[in-house]
Amino acid sequence: MSAIYILITISFIVAIGFLIAFIWSIKNGQYDDDYSPSVRMLKDDTKPSQRSKQ
Amino acid sequence: MQAETFYYDNKIVRNFTVATIIWGVIGLLVGLWIALSLVYPEMNLASWLSFGRLRALHTNGAIFAFVGNAIFAGIYYSLQRLLKTRMASDLLSKVHFWGWQLIIVAAVITLPLGITSSKEYAELEWPIDIAIALVWVIFGVNMFWTILKRRERHLYVAIWFYIATFVTVAVLHIVNNLELPISAFKSYSIFAGVQDALVQWWYGHNAVAFFLTTPVLGLMYYFVPKAANRPVYSYRLSIIHFWALIFLYIWAGPHHLLYTSLPDWAQSLGTVFSIMLIFPSWGGMINGLLTLRGAWDKVRDSAILKFFVVAITAYGMSTLEGPLLSLKNFNAIAHYTDWIPAHVHIGTLGWNGFMIFGMIYYLMPKLYKTSLFSEKLANAHFWIATTGILFWALPMYVSGWTQSLMWKEFNPDGTLVYGNFLETVTQLIPLYFTRAIGGVLYITGMLIMVVNIVRTVSTGKLVAQEEASALPLSGTEYKKVKGEHWHRWIERKPVQLMLFSIVAILIGGIIEIVPTLMVKSNIPTISDVKPYTALELEGRDLYIREGCNACHSQMIRPFRSEVARYGEYSKAGEFVYDHPFLWGSKRTGPDLHRVGGKYPHSWHYNHMLDPTSMSPGSIMPTYEWLYTNDLNTEYTTTKLEAMVSLGVPYSADYIANADMHLMAQAEEIAEELESQLTDVEVGPKEEIVALIAYLQRLGIDIKGTPSKHTEATVAGNQTAEK
Repeated sequence: MSAIYILITISFIVAIGFLIAFIWSIKNGQYDDDYSPSVRMLKDDTKPSQRSKQ
Repeated sequence: MQAETFYYDNKIVRNFTVATIIWGVIGLLVGLWIALSLVYPEMNLASWLSFGRLRALHTNGAIFAFVGNAIFAGIYYSLQRLLKTRMASDLLSKVHFWGWQLIIVAAVITLPLGITSSKEYAELEWPIDIAIALVWVIFGVNMFWTILKRRERHLYVAIWFYIATFVTVAVLHIVNNLELPISAFKSYSIFAGVQDALVQWWYGHNAVAFFLTTPVLGLMYYFVPKAANRPVYSYRLSIIHFWALIFLYIWAGPHHLLYTSLPDWAQSLGTVFSIMLIFPSWGGMINGLLTLRGAWDKVRDSAILKFFVVAITAYGMSTLEGPLLSLKNFNAIAHYTDWIPAHVHIGTLGWNGFMIFGMIYYLMPKLYKTSLFSEKLANAHFWIATTGILFWALPMYVSGWTQSLMWKEFNPDGTLVYGNFLETVTQLIPLYFTRAIGGVLYITGMLIMVVNIVRTVSTGKLVAQEEASALPLSGTEYKKVKGEHWHRWIERKPVQLMLFSIVAILIGGIIEIVPTLMVKSNIPTISDVKPYTALELEGRDLYIREGCNACHSQMIRPFRSEVARYGEYSKAGEFVYDHPFLWGSKRTGPDLHRVGGKYPHSWHYNHMLDPTSMSPGSIMPTYEWLYTNDLNTEYTTTKLEAMVSLGVPYSADYIANADMHLMAQAEEIAEELESQLTDVEVGPKEEIVALIAYLQRLGIDIKGTPSKHTEATVAGNQTAEK
């Protein structure tokens, strides 16, 4: 069953890649704030040229 | 700090959206055509319109053309806005768009011509596979470059889903399409039998996971809050949802091979991870639905939100059903039956389709700076399509259970109640008809959407460049000192250093280990199992060309009901020369693994010309062209040589005389056919002869009485083996 060892190895590499990404994201402070990103994403529709009118 | 003004590229989003709609309608019409051809087999009008070939066109069209274009549209729209920057390169965006459309056109041409690798959802042949890999990388470069250029430091959860999609699909696509080219339109998988099956379903399952699920979840996390104007229920849950899903999904593939010749431990591994997947999946579903808390009044009025609610509900249903189907006791009943297409279409029609429709209704008015032409028509689309899903899925659930119960029913004397497989097929035809009505309803809904979108667009004007402004990212948060060598940074971080080292070691390890394993894996485990003769190998390629594996499995599971119907259950060692494997995943017709020697040549000859002449009521297509086409033997020697390099022990002597051996066997079959049939002239070069040779070879090796043609394939090898 050599293919399964290949697949497990590749899967591990992918998983470790994500683990690195996960650790990076925590250290980078991506998740320091786990509320405001959900609200900020709602507020990007105002165009600068229209902003003055409000 | 001064805010920077920039422009979002809306044209690329519009293009992908239009492509989604066009390919969606086409892909689903092909689906409707093949659904109807199961009710009216006379619809298999020509070789390029036969079920086996069109089925691949439908699945590839729905997955890569319809959903593919939609996720690109959604990603290009949301990525720019979430990162507050334009896509990094307009050129890459354009190459990505046109490259992807060209690939789809190539699929539309090659699949009906029977140019296929036979692996489900990876049927496209090697030149197109390479094109897919290139375009995919272009998409990835464009995305990561945009991420680097961002004006928003935080990566919103949707972007994480997009990144995971890119990375994982790239790996899956490359590994599953490792194949040895024979000609521009033909290749053999480098893996064989059980190995190939495992690689295929590792890919196949993750194609569902990382092409139909993760990117669409990313879209859900963007478009549902936007459409409801409510933040996602729990951002923290979305983070957990993402990481848990990513780490669990990739291990679940073997659940597609329960009770097959795959080793038990690998099957159990797949089951365990599949069950665990319920938790992140339902976390995501709950998060999506609860985003609408306090906004349910909006759902009543908004067709977009209605689509999203049903989509997320369908996601929840199919991600509960999937793990259940991964349990062996469920799988024993469901595998090979119509239960599986029912399950799949809850996901595709419900989850993918409805997320996409909601997104299109949200996007198009925004891109054209107008409002939707008719909310009423959108609501009509919603209700008609929802009814369509029910009409599609419910009959197929009933069909699946009926089929399975009929296959397994025994008389008190121990014989099968429905010994003739055909009885279990004709029973289902009314259900297939009802399913087709479901398809008609669903497509009707889509056509209503087309009208609505065309009218919407005509009232507005495309805002190709949408103005926006944001503060640039300040560099102060970076802990790295400017000008410092990158390695210094990593040296201060022992964890990262260790992880990078592991990756480096693993890559090195793989390069070393793989070739060794490849060679070892080709040692046959059953000494009676011999390579296919040249004629049988050509016949096998015809079997692949016609997509026979779309309806016929070649994998008898170790159940009393299957052994009684088909014969001895399938052993892993029987497939060691099968590049690619042809186990199939569905039994619209009976299993063929032990069909060899079951009928005389003449039965196959008549049956393939007119299935109803041998099996009244059969819904199998006719294969008239096999009787007029001459077998193409141009590549026979190349094919045999390719097999040798993949570890199949053809003797040098056999390859040198391949044409002679091929003709000798063909003439023998043709003569036998002429003696069995009256008034029929059979040319030994007709394609049907090769196909009969292959079918008659299936599953007979373990009986240990090889024909002289089989013996010849390895003759002269004895000294080499020792």
